[in-house]
Amino acid sequence: MDVQVIIENLPLYFQGLWVTIQLVFLSLVCGLMLSVPMALAARARNPLVAFLPKAYIYFFRGTPLIVQMYIIYYGVAQFAAVRESFVWIVFQEAYWCALIAFSLNTAGYTAEILRGAMEQTAFGEIEAAKACGMSTPTMYRRIILPGAFRRALPAYGNEVIFMLHGSALAGVITIVDLFGAARIVNSRYYVPFESYIAAGFFYLTMTFIIVWLFKLWEKRWHAHLRPRESSVGKAARAPVPAPAD
Amino acid sequence: MFDLHGYFPFILKGMVLTVEVALLSLFIAIVFGIVGAVAKMSRSRAARFVAGVYTTVIRGVPDLVLMMIIFFGGQVLINNIGDWMGWEYIDISPFIAGVLTIGFIFGAYMTETFRGAILSVSRGEIEAGHAFGMTPVQVFFRITLPASVRHALPGFGNNWLVLAKTTALVSVIGLQDMVFNASQAGGATRQPFTFFLVVAFLFLLITGVSDVGMRWLNRRYSVGVRRA
Repeated sequence: MDVQVIIENLPLYFQGLWVTIQLVFLSLVCGLMLSVPMALAARARNPLVAFLPKAYIYFFRGTPLIVQMYIIYYGVAQFAAVRESFVWIVFQEAYWCALIAFSLNTAGYTAEILRGAMEQTAFGEIEAAKACGMSTPTMYRRIILPGAFRRALPAYGNEVIFMLHGSALAGVITIVDLFGAARIVNSRYYVPFESYIAAGFFYLTMTFIIVWLFKLWEKRWHAHLRPRESSVGKAARAPVPAPAD
Repeated sequence: MFDLHGYFPFILKGMVLTVEVALLSLFIAIVFGIVGAVAKMSRSRAARFVAGVYTTVIRGVPDLVLMMIIFFGGQVLINNIGDWMGWEYIDISPFIAGVLTIGFIFGAYMTETFRGAILSVSRGEIEAGHAFGMTPVQVFFRITLPASVRHALPGFGNNWLVLAKTTALVSVIGLQDMVFNASQAGGATRQPFTFFLVVAFLFLLITGVSDVGMRWLNRRYSVGVRRA
């Protein structure tokens, strides 16, 4: 093990780490914004409306991310119309192509997670909303969507980790993200173990941080599901007995 | 647009390799999964610790990074051992590296799936096995394992679908699977979009067929289970 090489190249790794964080964060935000309307449309009763989002979800969940990225990065250049138009500025850049591919991919997965979570809304909640005279949009905004987000949280945490790991593919199309940095270090010094294990260490740390953040978040959003503290513990800490509720 | 210039058989050849890699690594993943699950539930603290590190580290690091560590790192390791032992130069084939890596990675996911499944076998069945005087090994192979299959199937199916898609990564280490062949054909004909789209649909074919297969297996292994 040659740790010296890694220490010398730490700035490169941190630079790559920053690019990875950017890519993951931006694609998660874009994906989330796309996924909510898509999940709503996939739930439509009208099969003509539901078809397109369902096909989208099926395609993006059923094919590898690397193929989706290649279609956008290498594939789009096939069309002269794209090469000659102004969008070429975007599709020329590996960074934007990766960002587009990741956003579209995570949108598909997130939409499926949300759709499933909305499906599980307890019937009584919907009945109650209707009995209160809420219109469908109000019911979605106040009842169905908040509940669905809450139920979707654990699955969404997995999706975020999946996206972090998937983002390593950016290094394959010349982007210097964390994986790209490891590739550069390896090709410069031929230290495959050290270079990739260092990158793996960074990824592992980020995974732990994400898991921890989602635990905190779940604690907040699932507070009503936590077992209640025993009255004995409460009484020991609070000298004045609280009124029974 | 779907003029493939006679490259379709070339892509299909890659697809055969993709399926081969997927099935072989599935086999390795099952072996690692069973060993991992047994280790995670064993009484030995060391075994539990090793299995815990295995599942945590593998599930925390991107598969691409692991593949590079095993492919390039494994080569360096074998070179070093070879120098030391005085062997001839040994080349790790990307095929073996790919299969081993994917199998090793999904072994970690299978470990969790199998552990959950084994835990859901009812205690009474296992106790009955012991009462009949079976050895713990016999109880495991005759009762726990067959009875846990039904519980493992849904998770197993998911893992398989993810695994099949992960095989696309072997193109990065130079294995001529369908993604690799598609980029070759796309470069030669200047139609990368067409070829990658074809590959995407072939992947949908694989996942679609697997879906049907999993449903059939699910039905078969749920025979005799009451359903509401």
